[in-house]
Amino acid sequence: MSAPVIAARGLTKTFGDLTAVAGIDFEVPPGESFGLLGPNGAGKSTTMRMVGAVSSRTAGSLEVLGLDPETHGPEIRSQLGVVPQEDNLDTELRVRDNLIVYGRYFGLPRRTCATRADELLAFAQLEDKARSKVDDLSGGMKRRLTIARALINEPRILMLDEPTTGLDPQARHVLWDRLFRLKERGTTLVLTTHYMDEAEQLCDRLVVVDHGRIMAEGSPAALIREYSTREVVELRFGSDHNATAAQQLEGTAQRIEVLPDRVLLYTDDGEGLLERVAHLGLRPTTSLVRRSSLEDVFLRLTGRSLIE
Amino acid sequence: MTVVEPMTEAAIRGAERPRRFGALYVAEHQVRSMRAYGWTIVVSAVGSPLIYLLGIGLGLAAFIDQPVASGSAGPVDYVWFVAPALLASAAVGVATEEFTYVVMQGFKWRRIFWGMNASPVSPEQICTGLILSVGARILFTTTAYYALMLAFGAVGNPWAGLAMPLVGLLAGTAFGLPLLAYSASLKEDTGQFAVVQRFIFTPMFLFSGTFYPLDSVPVGLQWIGWISPLWHASELGRDLSYGTTGGWPWWTHLAVLLAMSGIGWVLARRTFVGRLRG
Repeated sequence: MSAPVIAARGLTKTFGDLTAVAGIDFEVPPGESFGLLGPNGAGKSTTMRMVGAVSSRTAGSLEVLGLDPETHGPEIRSQLGVVPQEDNLDTELRVRDNLIVYGRYFGLPRRTCATRADELLAFAQLEDKARSKVDDLSGGMKRRLTIARALINEPRILMLDEPTTGLDPQARHVLWDRLFRLKERGTTLVLTTHYMDEAEQLCDRLVVVDHGRIMAEGSPAALIREYSTREVVELRFGSDHNATAAQQLEGTAQRIEVLPDRVLLYTDDGEGLLERVAHLGLRPTTSLVRRSSLEDVFLRLTGRSLIE
Repeated sequence: MTVVEPMTEAAIRGAERPRRFGALYVAEHQVRSMRAYGWTIVVSAVGSPLIYLLGIGLGLAAFIDQPVASGSAGPVDYVWFVAPALLASAAVGVATEEFTYVVMQGFKWRRIFWGMNASPVSPEQICTGLILSVGARILFTTTAYYALMLAFGAVGNPWAGLAMPLVGLLAGTAFGLPLLAYSASLKEDTGQFAVVQRFIFTPMFLFSGTFYPLDSVPVGLQWIGWISPLWHASELGRDLSYGTTGGWPWWTHLAVLLAMSGIGWVLARRTFVGRLRG
């Protein structure tokens, strides 16, 4: 098996009294699409900054491409593409110039930068915006330009911090499609997200992070198999009645979660369970049978919802 | 023997050029960005000396009969006295502009320093690259200034005076680099830059022996000149123009400007590292 591109052991980062990352272990083999899933403040971005060789670790060991970020920051960064949470495009330069200027930071000749800029604009579906000002782009276009910029050095690892936060559903799907293409080409992707649908779409394997610790690790399907049931029944009885209804439902499902607005029943047979609910004489205002998702895994592992 | 993975080898190769030329790449980017306000740079570089040299050098000088300074060949024209100081203050003015708002832009408003930071270049190179680009703008400004001084006959010794644009650059860095260190440490601008402009730059401009010799200022205020890079640079420039270079005061002025620039550079680099590598 080829050596991992990222290997972290007991990776820790503290800021004064605050422990942002509390000793995590993970490895990413080349070509994998690896995700860090967790709520805001879980330590995902701090982990990304350490892997990106822009923040030093407090303890533990970390190797990226076989090198220590402490001593070989420029070497590691020369092989990374970084898409930050907040766009930091140069709004005083035009779209194409943003790519060219950025390519220069990797020591690429101007001619190479120009050729790649044109290819990447095509990839990001921004060819007709090449001469536009950055501020005239929509949020989704800026995001795609940031991704194009991160690809100018043909990185071995593309790191994306919350790539679709703040985008509308259509823009998200366009972006996912572009990322999926990169994945097909064999680019290693490392991404953080607090959207479970994003993690399910893009990640081969992921770790669920909370309070700076890894709670679980596996492929989305394996995590769902291990920590949830096949199906979930969502019942709404009105916010005042959910808790009482849940007591009456005791024993009908493998597990019951009471949220402020609904009751979740975990089972392998949703329709069958709905019938049993009807036999009990309970009349929910709405009912829904769906497949388990990573949201359910997270709820199970932490007792909290991902998006609060 | 340890086997070096191809990916590790590629990484080591990939950092060779950025490690060497990173600061130049940053400067290249910054100069490209300056094109967005290129006209302002050109108009202010040519317009401001025109106005000052016409207004003060020729207008005000006509009323000043009393010689204010002497060169190697006796008393000198007032315009010879004032022009090197005006050149130096133009350089300090550019430094004040570039090392305040542009720095805040890089860290906060446009966040472009963070983008550079994710590339192979280091925070020290980002800092130095910014200094190089601003240095280029200052040198452009002081060279234009000097050309107009020649046209106005405001230089005693035109050949020695050729070094005056460089003295201006030194004035800009001596004042600008400590300012850069300060600006880089600010998380947001709540009016500090306006304070620098009004309560540091302006008094320095007025009390650094710009328009009259420093020793004609009350003793209690002379210290402003002594700590002012503008005064040291003005004196250096005057010596070049009058042909009186080389004495110990001249070397002292030079040493002060170099020391201020050097200390500012070290502090600025340190601040950039602290900020970008938290």
